[in-house]
Amino acid sequence: MTAMARHVLPGFRLSTGYTLLVLGSCVLLPLAALLWTACELGPSGWWAQIGTRRVLASLKLSFGAALLAATIDAVLGLLVAWVLVRYRFAFRRLCDALVDLPFALPTAVAGIALTALYAPNGWLGSRLAPLGIEVAYTRLGVLLAMVFVGLPFVVRTLQPVLESMESDLEEAAYTLGASSSQRFFRVLLPLLLPTLLTGYALALARAIGEYGSVIFIAGNRLFRTEIAPYLIVQKIDSQYDYRGAAALGAVMLAASLLLLVVMALLQRWTRRWAVVR
Amino acid sequence: MAVIASVVSIGRPALSARIARAVLVLAALAVLGWLLVLPLLAIFTEAFHQGYAFYLDAIKQPDTIAAVRLTLTVAAIAVPLNLVFGLAAAWSMTHFEFRGKALLGALIDLPFSISPVIAGMMLILVYGKDGWLGSWLEAHGLQVIFAVPGLVLATVLVTLPFVARELIPLMQAQGSEQEEAALTLGANGWQIFFRVTLPRVRWALLYGVLLCNARAMGEFGAVYVVSGHLRGITNTLPLQVEQLYQENFSAAFAAASLLALLTVVTLGIKRVVEWRHGDALNVHH
Repeated sequence: MTAMARHVLPGFRLSTGYTLLVLGSCVLLPLAALLWTACELGPSGWWAQIGTRRVLASLKLSFGAALLAATIDAVLGLLVAWVLVRYRFAFRRLCDALVDLPFALPTAVAGIALTALYAPNGWLGSRLAPLGIEVAYTRLGVLLAMVFVGLPFVVRTLQPVLESMESDLEEAAYTLGASSSQRFFRVLLPLLLPTLLTGYALALARAIGEYGSVIFIAGNRLFRTEIAPYLIVQKIDSQYDYRGAAALGAVMLAASLLLLVVMALLQRWTRRWAVVR
Repeated sequence: MAVIASVVSIGRPALSARIARAVLVLAALAVLGWLLVLPLLAIFTEAFHQGYAFYLDAIKQPDTIAAVRLTLTVAAIAVPLNLVFGLAAAWSMTHFEFRGKALLGALIDLPFSISPVIAGMMLILVYGKDGWLGSWLEAHGLQVIFAVPGLVLATVLVTLPFVARELIPLMQAQGSEQEEAALTLGANGWQIFFRVTLPRVRWALLYGVLLCNARAMGEFGAVYVVSGHLRGITNTLPLQVEQLYQENFSAAFAAASLLALLTVVTLGIKRVVEWRHGDALNVHH
């Protein structure tokens, strides 16, 4: 394609210029400011901000709970996606629409709703308390909120792939005498794995950065249920400590970007697999 | 699916398969009911816990009304900005070849990967009092952070990819032939855009705007950081919910029920658009 043919249609400068203007002022400039502030600290200054017991505890909780929540989402999401795609039952469409709820429900609303349910006097909390299970204001609550926000990522990533997946492989396995568990673990799961991992990574990214849904049910107890985004807000809100916030923010951002790269690689893997097949 | 079913029926009458199926469906329903339906029900139960009159009173509090008004204002500015951004980005990304296009595409998606709290903090580092542009803004009498412009910026940032993400794959699939044909027939750029491109992407555009709007009105983390949450002044509805929650449980849920209602309506319209105009959206829905 020659340079002429590339720009046949008008509006290249206007559309690209506006895109870059908005991206620059809303994303790139703020991103640069964050990296600049974090880099200005230097390694020792950075560690002075990150290496405190409180920050390390919050990072451990944020990443630990997010990893676990994404794993739970992968299992539950696979179940839900499978049932929605493969079976026909009453209220299937309603259930399908419902999956988007955590996407669309404002996070603060989800947060107070979960807290109301699981608080010691709440509808579920009061029933779990006699069993010795406390959810609200514990790490279990943090986990629950993260599972809630991550679920649709796994379901919505898997659904189109499950729909387009031809059943000939399963049929072949069936005619060769594979049991249903063999068909699932030896045929379906390996085929679904890249997609499942993509959904897992999306849920993980969301869980790591999530704020609104988590802080209410977490109760934000020192060293125990403070998530990293909560500490960032604390540093900004009550201490005006923008450097500390930026140091912590840079760590979280680096993790998100790493996940983005992993997802891009996963997608390449999926595509290559599709071509081979 | 049909093939699977037939395979199963050709084989054993498969009582075990039917049981497995029932177990799986029930398990999925249990997951959805427990994880999604219960919280939704909890919002409305708590909101009406102290009766209908209390509910109306709670909603009619001046601070809550001010919060509703601010939320609508911010969305009314941020959503059109993102609509134009989505159209411009899609036009640029799908009708032209240029260096750095892949990078631009990645940047457009980037805000979805940034934690809302970090998004808000980044904006303070640029537009805050001690930020990069702080002294310049102050000299010109402009306050961004702890004021409406900051709320708009934060909202634009976290909802930036919504419209673009719907339009780009669709316009890519549709190609540029019709636009080029219009050009050879003598149409100018705006005519091509309004008469050829826009009608072909209108349902995807509506879809993206719908999702963008729901997120814009419900955004909490990013807005929380930049607002300073001054009651009656920079409190959007989600922020008002958070403040009420510390003081008056039922009033918080009354305010929250408005947002939950918005969510339910949004998801309803989204479904209708998907059913009626699924073909016009894209393959991936």
